[in-house]
Amino acid sequence: MSSLQEVTVDEIRHLVSQRAMDGETVLLNMGPQHPSTHGVLRLLLELDGEQIVNCIPDIGFLHTGIEKNMEAKTYVKAAVMTDRLDYLNTMGNNFVYCLAIEKLVGLDVPPRAQAIRVIMVELQRIASHLVWLGTHALDLAAMSVFLYCFREREIILDMIEMVSGSRMMATYFRPGGLWREVPPEWEDHVRHFLKIFPARVEQYENLLTNNPLFKDRTIGIGVIGEADAFRWGLTGPTLRGSGPALDLRKSRPYSGYEQYDFDVPTHTDGDVYARYLVRMREFHESMKIIRQALDGLPSGPVQSDNRKFVPPPRSELGVSMEALIHHFKLWTEGFPAPKESVYMPVESPRGELGVFLEGDGGPKPYRCYWRTPSFVNLECLEFLSKGHMVADLVAIIGSIDIVLGDTDR
Amino acid sequence: MTDDHARNTILALQKAHGGETGEYAGDPRLVLPAAEILNAAAALRNEHGFEYLSGLTAVDYWPSQDPRFHLIYIFSSFRHNSRIEIRVPITEDETPPSITSEYWSANWQERELYDLFGVRFEGHPDLRRILMPHDWEGHPLRKDYPLGYEEVQFSFNKEEIASRKPRPSD
Repeated sequence: MSSLQEVTVDEIRHLVSQRAMDGETVLLNMGPQHPSTHGVLRLLLELDGEQIVNCIPDIGFLHTGIEKNMEAKTYVKAAVMTDRLDYLNTMGNNFVYCLAIEKLVGLDVPPRAQAIRVIMVELQRIASHLVWLGTHALDLAAMSVFLYCFREREIILDMIEMVSGSRMMATYFRPGGLWREVPPEWEDHVRHFLKIFPARVEQYENLLTNNPLFKDRTIGIGVIGEADAFRWGLTGPTLRGSGPALDLRKSRPYSGYEQYDFDVPTHTDGDVYARYLVRMREFHESMKIIRQALDGLPSGPVQSDNRKFVPPPRSELGVSMEALIHHFKLWTEGFPAPKESVYMPVESPRGELGVFLEGDGGPKPYRCYWRTPSFVNLECLEFLSKGHMVADLVAIIGSIDIVLGDTDR
Repeated sequence: MTDDHARNTILALQKAHGGETGEYAGDPRLVLPAAEILNAAAALRNEHGFEYLSGLTAVDYWPSQDPRFHLIYIFSSFRHNSRIEIRVPITEDETPPSITSEYWSANWQERELYDLFGVRFEGHPDLRRILMPHDWEGHPLRKDYPLGYEEVQFSFNKEEIASRKPRPSD
């Protein structure tokens, strides 16, 4: 490795205005260690007084080379790394990765596993939105919302721990189904959560939705129109705040989403407040989906019985020679995937989370690319923040809902 | 679901820009020469209603194939509920045109490809490293770039390994 070099002004000269070179505007670092950048995001701001002339995001502080590492692991082992990408949507990352493998090798998932996956992912969506709401409100100086949100998030984390043994890094979904059946008390916990949560959402809304201070900080800030939003590649609630009802759960249903009746909340204003309203309504839509999935929860196995991909249960190993061979082959070598590629996107809490997976006929992914919504959505920060105050920038970052683990991979 | 709009678009693109079509798991794709990608992107956005670029990535086939890289563009359409994949084979020295002028979000995704694969895009407004440190050497996602590892220090060889580790003062 060469020794550390400093970034010279010349390298970023084309990104700032001439006034910065003449000393009329100020270049200011915000982050990488700044409480309102939601992780290690560094923003280089060109300021005219308190007004933002240019905002240059600098990312990569949390780059862990997960895509490279996955190429050296078998398909199942690499699933463990997917949790570490977007640490607020761990089940969702497992979900899209398993769906991509299943699409690549043509593996079916039993209906019960599909329904439990949907329930867990929607719970995770609520948990992720709770962290967004808490931190977004905290950035705008509404501290109590943060405490309430984390109280409810804890209930969801408990449910994730109940099924997987881990609060965050679950790796509960496996290619072909789930790791194992949910415990018997799990359903009651989910139903209890569904019972108490609507009143809690009302509580947050009472604190924020009509709060004049909150509205002053969010209405008319960071406005983006529908056409611009598409060109910047925005997806998820950040796009839906600008009008288009783009939701992959509706437009290209996967894992049985077509069975459930739910709405796609949209708003046309395209500002920070619109994105806030969209996400608040998504709490209710997620609860609707969970309730329907729970009421119609099919019985049956939670893993595919295709022994070429899914290891046999422990009970079969002592009595079946074939099961023992499958067990041995799957845990030592892994299963091969064809020399083909697939792209599988899902609707994560932040937008289109896609996995491009290419096999080479062997047991390891030849290439696994993550199209992460935070990475693409963050890019338009520059566009959204131009001309606003520094204090508004904090509101805008919160409204895009980025997770730096998702951005930097 | 069948994606008829994607299939028709691919046939139209093939007619205008050449290339080969393919399909796997219901997803149609087109292999295009590098020189055509900007025109194809413009046609996709303006004529065929593909509003946003979902993904942009590359696969390195070194050493088994030549040209070694395939760029993979995934375009999506909200209006037509459609998605297509375009593959662009390029050699190591080739500089494909940047599509940032059509799809603004390609800016960071092309920077990422430059950073991790060393693909230089012609006409990109800001081609700098994005994920790796700015003074990094090499392009980590290439297949000829080793994964690397950390040597485990035990009590008997702790000093020896520590002496080989890079230190900030070097």
